[in-house]
Amino acid sequence: MDTESPQAPWLGRSIPRTEDAALLTGRGRYFDDQAVPTNTLHAAILRSPHGHASITAVDTGKAAALAGVTAVLTGADIQALTTSLVVGVKAPIQCWPIATDRVRYVGEPVAIVVAKDRYIAEDALDLIEVTYAPLPAVIDPKAALEPDAPILHPGLNGNLASDRSFRYGDPETAFATAAHTISIETTYPRNACTPIETYGVLAEYDPGTDAYDVMANFQGPFSIHAVIARALKVPGNRLRLKTPAESGGSFGVKQGVFPYIVLIAAAAKVANCPVKWVEDRLEHLAASACATNRVTTLKAAVTNAGKILALDWDQIEDCGAHLRAPEPATLYRMHGNMTGAYDIRHLAIRNRVVLTNKMPTGLNRGFGGPQIYFPLERLIQRIAKHLSLDPLDVIRRNLIQTFPYRTVSGALLDSGDYGTSLAKALDQGGHAELLKRRDQARSEGRFYGIGYAAVVEPSVSNMGYITAVLTPAERAKAGPKNGAQATATISLDPVGAVSVHVSSVPQGQGHRTVLSQVVADVFGLRPGDIRVVTDLDTAKDAWSIASGNYASRFAPAVAGTTHLAATRLRDKLARIAAAQLNIPAEDTIFANGKIHARSNPDNAVSFSRIAAASHWAPGTLPAGVDQAIRETVFWTPPELTAPNEADEVNSSLCHGFIFDICAVEVDRVTGELQFDRYVTMHDCGRVLHPGMVAGQITGGFAHAFGAATLEEHSYGDDGSFQAGTLADYLIPTAMEVPEPIILHHETLSPFTPLGSKGVGEGNCMSTPVCIANAVADALGLTDITLPILPSRLTEHLHPPERTPIRHVKTGERTLFGEGSTTVDAPREKIWAMLLDPAELAAIIPGAHSIEKTSETAFRAQVTLGIGPVKGTYRAAIDLSDLRPPESVTLTGSATGALGFGQGSGRVTLTEVTPGRTTIAYQYEAEIGGKIASIGGRLLDGAARMIIGQFFAALAARAVGARKGLWWAPTTAKVTTVGATIARATAVNVTTVMARLVRATPRRTGAAKGGPDKPGHDGVGDVVQEKPGILARLLRRLLGTK
Amino acid sequence: MPRLTADRRHTVRFTLNGRAVEGEAEPRLLLVDFLRHVLGATGTHVGCEHGVCGACTIQIDGDPARACIMLAVQADGADIRTVEGLAPAPDRLSVLQDCFREFHGLQCGFCTPGILMSLDAFLRAQPDATEPEIRTMLSGHLCRCTGYVPIMAAALAARDRLKANPDA
Ligand code: FES
Ligand code: FES
Repeated sequence: MDTESPQAPWLGRSIPRTEDAALLTGRGRYFDDQAVPTNTLHAAILRSPHGHASITAVDTGKAAALAGVTAVLTGADIQALTTSLVVGVKAPIQCWPIATDRVRYVGEPVAIVVAKDRYIAEDALDLIEVTYAPLPAVIDPKAALEPDAPILHPGLNGNLASDRSFRYGDPETAFATAAHTISIETTYPRNACTPIETYGVLAEYDPGTDAYDVMANFQGPFSIHAVIARALKVPGNRLRLKTPAESGGSFGVKQGVFPYIVLIAAAAKVANCPVKWVEDRLEHLAASACATNRVTTLKAAVTNAGKILALDWDQIEDCGAHLRAPEPATLYRMHGNMTGAYDIRHLAIRNRVVLTNKMPTGLNRGFGGPQIYFPLERLIQRIAKHLSLDPLDVIRRNLIQTFPYRTVSGALLDSGDYGTSLAKALDQGGHAELLKRRDQARSEGRFYGIGYAAVVEPSVSNMGYITAVLTPAERAKAGPKNGAQATATISLDPVGAVSVHVSSVPQGQGHRTVLSQVVADVFGLRPGDIRVVTDLDTAKDAWSIASGNYASRFAPAVAGTTHLAATRLRDKLARIAAAQLNIPAEDTIFANGKIHARSNPDNAVSFSRIAAASHWAPGTLPAGVDQAIRETVFWTPPELTAPNEADEVNSSLCHGFIFDICAVEVDRVTGELQFDRYVTMHDCGRVLHPGMVAGQITGGFAHAFGAATLEEHSYGDDGSFQAGTLADYLIPTAMEVPEPIILHHETLSPFTPLGSKGVGEGNCMSTPVCIANAVADALGLTDITLPILPSRLTEHLHPPERTPIRHVKTGERTLFGEGSTTVDAPREKIWAMLLDPAELAAIIPGAHSIEKTSETAFRAQVTLGIGPVKGTYRAAIDLSDLRPPESVTLTGSATGALGFGQGSGRVTLTEVTPGRTTIAYQYEAEIGGKIASIGGRLLDGAARMIIGQFFAALAARAVGARKGLWWAPTTAKVTTVGATIARATAVNVTTVMARLVRATPRRTGAAKGGPDKPGHDGVGDVVQEKPGILARLLRRLLGTK
Repeated sequence: MPRLTADRRHTVRFTLNGRAVEGEAEPRLLLVDFLRHVLGATGTHVGCEHGVCGACTIQIDGDPARACIMLAVQADGADIRTVEGLAPAPDRLSVLQDCFREFHGLQCGFCTPGILMSLDAFLRAQPDATEPEIRTMLSGHLCRCTGYVPIMAAALAARDRLKANPDA
């Protein structure tokens, strides 16, 4: 590695990162590592356990009275202190960062406690009593559009927040005359990029100046600064927003911290002290911001040769419970790119935005790309199949040939050489060999498939694209919005040292390193000489609404702007030096820390001397040079114009190209995906730092791989959230993610100062569909849904061996169970016990403080522990349908801080012989709230245990004494239909097992002695013993023999 | 272990990176919170607080452990090593840390301290670890930035270099 040679340009080299020494030694300064004022208080947030419910009462009295608690805020307090967040569509809806009169998703904030420390604040949350009246929930975006669907926002008259249709070219004629109309319907699931560092906010209010001072690991765009200031009812200069030096990953997600900035700022005002809040993982998974799920119907008008003449999109975008800024941007980010990498001149689009009882959505890596490329590239495969063509031929026949290219919906594709990129990918990716392997595998009866995806990756968003959601008339009224101001400031100090500041707010992308390379090249210095600062302070630094780290804007826009600023300063320095060297400014060379004459290297002066000159001797500066101390450049590309009358939008400045090949084998027995090869070809313009570009690609690929095979924010039909831990929301580990082969074919962008384009998001767009295409090819599937869980493939792998006990949808969280036991007691005696609340109280596990409310009903407090989660529930039990002494129905419900449940069971008593009775039971129960989110995998086992305990106690009391453990629930069978089966059988079993083992708290081991011994914890055993063990497990989970 | 009272603070003493430290902790205080907020050793991170992500991994008596699912009072008397104790000198990196820098084994760096602590112990215990063994071990850590490829490269390079020069 030629990192030390001062001659060659620094840009383009993989130099070690400036950031790393601190991060590797524990000296990084992330949000929670920052020093805080000594009087700082800590906030915790009470959140809704319901997907949809009215709040009928909130009693904060006990919480407020707890020692150490300073303030408790509810929706009413926030409404009094702030205004609703602005909503990006013209619709009569509000968007509060906390529930006001009703909750609309699990995890929605309901109250905030401010206390001396976080532990006390969480204690106080348990003391807040909220009474909810549950409402029917709607989870599915299509169902939300039905006339009888539950309505989330009464002002809206339904759940449709926006409905716009677009037409470009003449799609009707194209469809009427084309040889074929081929269509596809897809549902894209919800997932999120889940950075390992969660949100954090520190806020302080100064009543003297009515100003807020906030530190948050917010990532931009800083257009949101205006949204926050407005919500807090202060002008922008009264909201000072700072970001920490380091951020533990974001991938878009940390844009979504902004509603919490509003809440914590308001809490700081009430508490009259600085208030700090750090989100926990359950809060993050349930209530940060995930990507939208989308239902798409896409039709293509196609010739016999496979040329696509027109596309017709019908998109139903699900933004969750609130339309939170900048949504519905996910739907419009790709608006100029709805024809993908293809030359298609006729286009119709209908975009609908619906609201459902799920977490509100926001920025996530790929933003809007995965949702369009999934149907588009699936459709390409379907077209090929329909016309009996090679999918590669369909792709080639439609690829855009010449650049710059204006898409029919308005995007100006800057550069590219798609055909060559594709050819190189096939060649260097070993495509011919993969085809052979596929033939070989198929001849042996194995399921081997190859998938492709061709994708245009936009970067540097036009801040005006979102206004395409408005009609041209509405836009005209609102005033034009466009552009994307990037900023860079370069300063020279009195000893001539160089400092750089940009408002790019990185979260691990190495901006400081790359900018030191950019500036070192311009000044003839070494990267180590340049000091780069990337944390942002809106009170002091240059910034604009486009500032921040999103839309892959760093390399094309921010690095380019820094180059412009450095060049501007260098030109001034050249004139100062030229005066001293007695040469024309054009003849100066900046190299090796010196400025010298082109013709005579000995005629030189040190860089630092000239760089310091404006400080020490401004009077000696040549005429026309005002100062060479500090230069700030704002740069916005002229190509980013506002959407026009015809709704044509140049939604992004740069457009990279990606072509991916995936070769996968589906395991015949387990449905597990075994990746043979993944090739990803990128044209991201000029590569500034190959190591970091590779890191962006492998990182984006891993996100996409997770989205394709494991991750989903799953919800029950009642709105319960079921992915509240990292053992439920499965993030891929080093075991699962294959190593992609990365190829490059560079075509420089003519629109950016350095010729580079964005690169970090492309695989999130190309990889999910490429994997899906490969699996579809392997199994000959027409339809395929993400994530590709083995359970979703089993019906294609195995003939149905028996009908399932009961058919339920994935995501439903219902427990069913049945069982029986025989005891040595007369039937009448058992019957009497079942009817006697006092007896029941004694045998119900964990019951205490019983209160009889009628002959057949009572209430109790029950303390139950499910896995690591122990909680107290208020239970009500009714006996009905009494047929003495044969059968009775028990109906019960339980509510507690950790969740709620309701269910009923029928108990039947049969006399086997006189004095001996068989007790049989069947029950069905639904569970919601936190326990459903975090206890998913534990629930069936816990239910089995609790019911077992119940009958054990019943039997023991019936025979008069406890006989120890003589009773065994051998015939008890409990099935958690839905989530557990669907996900467990489901998910790559290797992963589940490995994850379960990993997720098992290592408390015992960790306490002392044998903690967390890699290789000794069983992970390796499970993994290496496949497929035998896996096949057995899978069969067991599937209930087949 | 002495009897603890739920609402009282107890003195916890242990060795942290070779130095004796002490602080006051309620019995319920997590070890990771004690390290970070009582002792100010913020190099150890918190990513999930339920034992899955591995960001909080430290070494207790030489073995890696999750500091988020352990109480501070349980660490009384232990010998604890965190990421702050890995480098041989403030201006020098260990072989493992250096490999992470060279192979770009980190981006945001939030998962990194935990991964370094696990790998450090693992490579000491199994200097001949194979690629699949290292990969299996790494599966106890979640990284959202790198896609693991450069982490594996750094780990393999560190294994080779440490084997060639065990005292480095
Ligand atoms: S924070 Fe301890 S394992 Fe995630
Ligand atoms: S480097 Fe960011 S999570 Fe691993």
